[in-house]
Amino acid sequence: MSGFSSPSAPFLHVNDITVIRGGRLVLKNVSFFLDHGEALLLTGPNGAGKSTLLRVLAGLCPIQAGSFTLGGLRGGIPEQAQDIAYLGHLDALKPGLTLHENLALEARIAGSKCDKALETLDLVELADLPTRLLSAGQKRRGAFARILLRQAPLWLLDEPSLGLDTRAIETLGRVMAAHRANGGMIIATTHIPLPCREPVPLFSDSRRHSREPEGIPGPDTPRTSSCPAS
Amino acid sequence: MNLKAFLALIRRELRLALRHSADTLAALLFFILCGSLFPLALGPSPSLLHRMAPGIIWVCALLASLLPLDRLFSAELEDGALDHLLLAGLSPGFVALAKILSHWLTTGLPLLLAAAPLSLMLGGSPHDLPSLILGLALGTPLLSLLGGMAAALVLGARRGGVLLPLLVLPLATPVLIFGAAAADTGLSGRGFGPEIDFLGAFLALALVFCPLAAGSGLKAACS
Repeated sequence: MSGFSSPSAPFLHVNDITVIRGGRLVLKNVSFFLDHGEALLLTGPNGAGKSTLLRVLAGLCPIQAGSFTLGGLRGGIPEQAQDIAYLGHLDALKPGLTLHENLALEARIAGSKCDKALETLDLVELADLPTRLLSAGQKRRGAFARILLRQAPLWLLDEPSLGLDTRAIETLGRVMAAHRANGGMIIATTHIPLPCREPVPLFSDSRRHSREPEGIPGPDTPRTSSCPAS
Repeated sequence: MNLKAFLALIRRELRLALRHSADTLAALLFFILCGSLFPLALGPSPSLLHRMAPGIIWVCALLASLLPLDRLFSAELEDGALDHLLLAGLSPGFVALAKILSHWLTTGLPLLLAAAPLSLMLGGSPHDLPSLILGLALGTPLLSLLGGMAAALVLGARRGGVLLPLLVLPLATPVLIFGAAAADTGLSGRGFGPEIDFLGAFLALALVFCPLAAGSGLKAACS
């Protein structure tokens, strides 16, 4: 594969990734493509390796075989981090700091405005409270604000709807749709249906590259299903 | 290196230290309390205390800088913040260096400032101070670097808290020996000896290798 990105090549190209963690085969020969405006939902039983796949793509987990490229460049190097926004299953909010202060690092690195992200997620009134006073759903939204602040094309979301109420899930769906409409990509793990099948007006003619992982899709391999952009 | 991200990380650490000021002050209070116990145990003889002051101050500084190490990285690992630090666009070594630098700013620097009053309290005279302070100025960053490296290496290990001093203390003995010896030559009025040069050389070496080792420790703990 050439090191240069051509306009027609998909942004994310995952090629035969195999991951062994703690002596256990977690991912075996996972391959897929993802292009601008597309989303990929990872579903499967607990321990199927969904979160591991996200951590691999974020460059946090080493791979034993295979490779992946982001925008034509080899993935998993620190310079790629600016293309990735990662939401782990932990909220990573310091209880003693306010939401504003918790998000200051991402805002400063990406040079983005905290207030706009907080407004999008209905968090403006809570922004100056210490996060230990927030409910689980509010904390989750606070953690999601980090995703917006990074202004990265690829979102990796590990159970983004955890603890959210229906209204917040609707907001989440809207935000995700808007991100894809702007050419962004989303890979999310979930156990409940995420509202990501809404029609996205800007991307009426999107090609689908995502496909089932190759190799033997045994019980330990997470199933991937792609959401058509339109 | 992405300087903006590096400075943002240090800023975040300082803000956290400021918000949890009780934890930040704990090391300083330990240093002062520990130092003030020696006159009670050794007796009030000024000549004896004056003779022992450099050693007392150095041992207290070493132990005090160990105190916050246990939480330096493990707090970040537990709440998932370490993932986001590693995604800040910096290589893991620089992430570790930013944390270590903040550890020095919040622990080493206060110790350095408190060393002079403690030395005077133990019967020191003002012209003992330059060699003591210079030694500590080189030694406390060294202790932060060695401690940060060890803290990152035991990250995620069971009983890491017990393992940590066992790893750091042997590595820190040369620092202790040369630091206390440097302060001792100051006492006898011989100016700065080669001990200061050794401390400087250690620091130069540790500044390169400790963050690298700590960075790979962080990456391993995260995966």
